[in-house]
Amino acid sequence: MKCRQEFKLTEGKKERIGVYVCHCGGNISDYVDVKKVVEEIKKGEPNAIIVKDLMFDCADASQSEMIEDIKAQKLDRVVVAACSPKLHEATFRNMAKRADLNPYMLYHADIREQSSWAHEGDMEGATSKALAHVRAAIAYVKSAEPLEKIKSETTHSVLIIGGGIAGLRAAIDLSRMGVNVMLVERSPALGGHVAELGEIYPYYTSGPEIVKGLVDELKGRDNVAIYTNATVMSYSGYLGKFEVKVKVTHRQPGSEYSEITLHVGSIIVATGFDTYRPPKGEYGYGTVKGVVTLPDLVKALGDGSKELIYEGRRIREMAFIYCVGSRQKPPEDGGHANLYCSRYCCNAATSQALTIHRRFNNVKIYHLYRDMRTYGRNELMYEDAAKGGSIFIRFDEDHPPLVAEDGDRCRVTFWSSLIENQPVDILVDLVVLVTGMEPRQNEELNRTLSLPAGSDGFYKEIHPKLRPVETNITGVLISGTAQAPRDVRETLSSASAAAAKAASFVLKNELELDPFVAFVNPQACEAHQECIKECPYGAIELVEELGKKARVTSAKCKGCGACVAVCPTGAIQLKGYTNMEIKSMIEELAR
Amino acid sequence: MSTHAFEPKILVFSTNIISDPGIDQAGMSHINYPSSSRILRVPCSSMIRPEFIIHAFESGFDAVFIAADGGDCPYLSDCSVRTARNVQRASEMMKENGIDQSRLRMAGICSVCSDAFAKGVKSLYDITKGLGPVRSEGHDRAS
Repeated sequence: MKCRQEFKLTEGKKERIGVYVCHCGGNISDYVDVKKVVEEIKKGEPNAIIVKDLMFDCADASQSEMIEDIKAQKLDRVVVAACSPKLHEATFRNMAKRADLNPYMLYHADIREQSSWAHEGDMEGATSKALAHVRAAIAYVKSAEPLEKIKSETTHSVLIIGGGIAGLRAAIDLSRMGVNVMLVERSPALGGHVAELGEIYPYYTSGPEIVKGLVDELKGRDNVAIYTNATVMSYSGYLGKFEVKVKVTHRQPGSEYSEITLHVGSIIVATGFDTYRPPKGEYGYGTVKGVVTLPDLVKALGDGSKELIYEGRRIREMAFIYCVGSRQKPPEDGGHANLYCSRYCCNAATSQALTIHRRFNNVKIYHLYRDMRTYGRNELMYEDAAKGGSIFIRFDEDHPPLVAEDGDRCRVTFWSSLIENQPVDILVDLVVLVTGMEPRQNEELNRTLSLPAGSDGFYKEIHPKLRPVETNITGVLISGTAQAPRDVRETLSSASAAAAKAASFVLKNELELDPFVAFVNPQACEAHQECIKECPYGAIELVEELGKKARVTSAKCKGCGACVAVCPTGAIQLKGYTNMEIKSMIEELAR
Repeated sequence: MSTHAFEPKILVFSTNIISDPGIDQAGMSHINYPSSSRILRVPCSSMIRPEFIIHAFESGFDAVFIAADGGDCPYLSDCSVRTARNVQRASEMMKENGIDQSRLRMAGICSVCSDAFAKGVKSLYDITKGLGPVRSEGHDRAS
């Protein structure tokens, strides 16, 4: 009897681990000696039953191979050493699930972003780092325990922040899918920038027409609530259950504003962009009469007049100057610059030229550009504009045109490489600065949401290809020009994408959340209550019935682990990151 | 002493959502930093027990770099304050154990702060190189 028990104990203790080291084509194996990593693990880890290097761990065939191994070899733990877990951890956890292995018995170690790519040219260093990361992952899975996802009920509604065309489009899509929509718009009116513009490419529909089309579709939909003059004050919660406080300002005297609380399952941020405002003097802006920005022109063209007149001046000749506020050189003092291309502007300016050629006779248009980026079908607009009489002249970044006043006209001096950089003067009645987009100045909202932004200041998705509308905050999505410069078409499709993603979250009755929440080992708990003081979410309480022990309410726990650091006895720990798991990883990493 | 040049081993604590992506970004931009660094990710820097840091030195790390969430923490608005307090405790424990406190550093590393990360680790590497191995400080590993 005793013997059998002991036998069982040792049998139960012996882990059966599968280790899969990825080449990633050559992304990893060019700088990490993958074969050596495999050999070392085989040599030093008797419990690693399977140790393989695969060309692509994530490939379907590789995943099938892993599933077969897990089943045939009765593997109970798996280590995948590949790219960043941000890309494929979910992929491999799903693979484990398909192999009937608890997905949390798998660790995804990063040997690409943090080894091969970071230490190219140092194969020895990169290899020993990768090996250490794999060993640590093995140590982790050895002490890992099966975990179950936490199930949480979802609220079948979505908050959309921003009532421009992106927000309106997303609202329509969600409403049609049967999702309750709450749309919060800071200004008194819907439509954002587009509502103020004239004809917009493609198809030359006017801005107000586009907005009216969208707003009309929303009217009469009983599952949509629109709040204008409203701003988001605070938010809390998590995917499936966000609570958002919104301040609505009233225009009637008496009540200044009211505060409402919205319960939603997901949030779409569609806060749009700011137009680049040239500083005074850039290409004569604000100093030379007749120098305007592209949005100024588009608004002016919206009035339907027969003649092109701008601020009393009849326009016979005009010049567009491109890339204003875009593709800027980084200043030497390390200050801010818009390094990116704003994407929409070449097309927008060219299409406005077409509109002018079509509507007014004998307006001569010069286009002074750095590079003409009328991509895709927009190339046809460029061709048509050239045929219609537009003259395109390329200038060099180091030799930008000069704009000066000349009587009641503007004198534009430019240098073109085609004429050996000799200065050429042209006289025009209007200079249009083709201005780009900038991230919306929205400090208060940014502070409230603390959404990650890229170095350009636009909100950043988790991955441009794999998770293009999701942010680091699960359940908070981004769309339209809040994410990147886009034209109307692209904005609307990204809004529909965000709406579909939000619906995929909230239309489920139950959501599954990662099980990384705090738990208490009652044997070790001495009721110091430091954890209770440390937890900002009120997830921990002292339970008298348990004999004065701390207890965690999983649904309230966000999984930060702040309580873990302050516990004098180490009784409170985080699932998936237990003290034992962390310490054993540290030991392996130090080898 | 070994004839081999001393390579300080640095343990980096990163955070899943904020600083780990920043460290990834360094690799993606091919910004090099010492390859003797090892990276261990946790959900939030506020969970790093001082004991983990001491354990790292006991296990043979010559330096510890806390790539903290800074102001971007998705969990706690005062994450930096909490993390700094815990790191301070660890620093005091290091003093008690005779470990040079400059071997421990904390910096807020945002999800795109690849340069700040590389610079921070490099400078900690240089400092540690000057100090020599942690075991030369008479710290008894077996304790």
